[in-house]
Amino acid sequence: MKRRNLLVGLGAGLVAGCSKVGQSEPMQTLFDWSERLHNGAHRALGRKALAREYAPEDISPFFRGNGTIEPDGGAYAAHAAAGFADWRLAVGGLVRRELALSLDQLMVLPQRTQITRHDCVEGWSAIGQWTGPQLSTVLQMADLQPEARYIVFRCADRLNGAEYYESIDLEDAFHPQTIIAHRLNGEPLPVRNGAPLRMRIERQLGYKHAKYLTGIEAVASLEGIGRGEGGYWEDRGYQWYAGI
Amino acid sequence: MKRHRLSTRIWHWVNALSLVILFMSGLNISNAHRRLYWGEAGFEAADAWLHVARFPGWATIPGHYSLSAARDWHLLFAWVFTLGLLLYIASALLNGHLRRDILTSRKEWRWAAIRADFAAHLRLDFQHAGGKYNFFQKLSYALVIFLMLPLMVLTGLALSPAMDASWPWLLDLFGGRQSARSIHFIVAWGLVVFLVVHVVLVLLSGPIRQLRDMTVGGSADEAA
Repeated sequence: MKRRNLLVGLGAGLVAGCSKVGQSEPMQTLFDWSERLHNGAHRALGRKALAREYAPEDISPFFRGNGTIEPDGGAYAAHAAAGFADWRLAVGGLVRRELALSLDQLMVLPQRTQITRHDCVEGWSAIGQWTGPQLSTVLQMADLQPEARYIVFRCADRLNGAEYYESIDLEDAFHPQTIIAHRLNGEPLPVRNGAPLRMRIERQLGYKHAKYLTGIEAVASLEGIGRGEGGYWEDRGYQWYAGI
Repeated sequence: MKRHRLSTRIWHWVNALSLVILFMSGLNISNAHRRLYWGEAGFEAADAWLHVARFPGWATIPGHYSLSAARDWHLLFAWVFTLGLLLYIASALLNGHLRRDILTSRKEWRWAAIRADFAAHLRLDFQHAGGKYNFFQKLSYALVIFLMLPLMVLTGLALSPAMDASWPWLLDLFGGRQSARSIHFIVAWGLVVFLVVHVVLVLLSGPIRQLRDMTVGGSADEAA
């Protein structure tokens, strides 16, 4: 019993120390530095590396929905009722040609189908088959301006009252497996998985894969968007680079 | 000649601190999804081979549930731990520590020798002539340094979707990402078992001298 108390005491001491130190300026700097180190190391190991693609028999029988599983508000419900016929994907920001693409327009672009593993930051994984045009195709149509450094994804859903959004760098934006998916396992995307459009960014964790996609915006900096950290979860303490 | 080299002493304490922080932040991460699976994928209760208990705040870093903060700690100290382990293994190979002190000789594997060493352990006699460490000590250090700690690094890397893209052999090595996650969890608890036995044996074999020697070096003669 005594030893257990000692252990609890030591644990609590370390926990209290770490909780305090963790919020300090130098520790935050170290955490940021480690995030950049991961990003740099992964780029150095395989800039063009592809995530593993699986066989049809590996597909998870049910693909779990996480975060928002049904966006609030009448507008989304009306779109869903109409089969998303009037849904438009706005492409703007630092581009030479702004676009507003319908689902039909996205579906006539060259398509990529991939069976990949989705890894949630919480720890679980699911395998699904995704189909859609590559983001690079759409970005080439819009013709990025040279100052563009990040691609921001705008979404129709809100979590805890704030708009969901995400962002990636151009390295991932032009990666061949980065697609704007409109199908899961051969069927139109279910609402829980992001209907009618969601991103697939296969070398990063699930929270990067923005669902209910309404807009794609090329920007030079992430400042001034949301709380400036590059995404809904990033604004709440999660790392922007989610390759690990 | 010191009993423990400077490189061994620095690594021992840096590694001890890293492992404690990695373990406690790992328990916080485990609380985010308290089920373990085999294979590549898994998220449903029916697929799990183990339902993990929720770890209390006093055992986790930080002391309240925060997946983002726990990941900050875990991923920073993963670098400290991995680089430390690589440097230590490289220096142990180069300076002869491995060959001289950790590798066992053929005669230590004789049944009579093993039995004698076991009997000595039962008498709480840990001082053995002819070498710094006794047989079981060498075996457990080798198991930890060359199997368990590298397994923690490799199963940890296999959890990273970017690493899996660059090094897909990680997935083949462990039979999938969720298997790697399960092995990561099992070996982490294996290291806790090592830590408990290690600390008990230090307490039984002159803790003040052991702690002093692992910090300032000690003398090789005194130890023999």
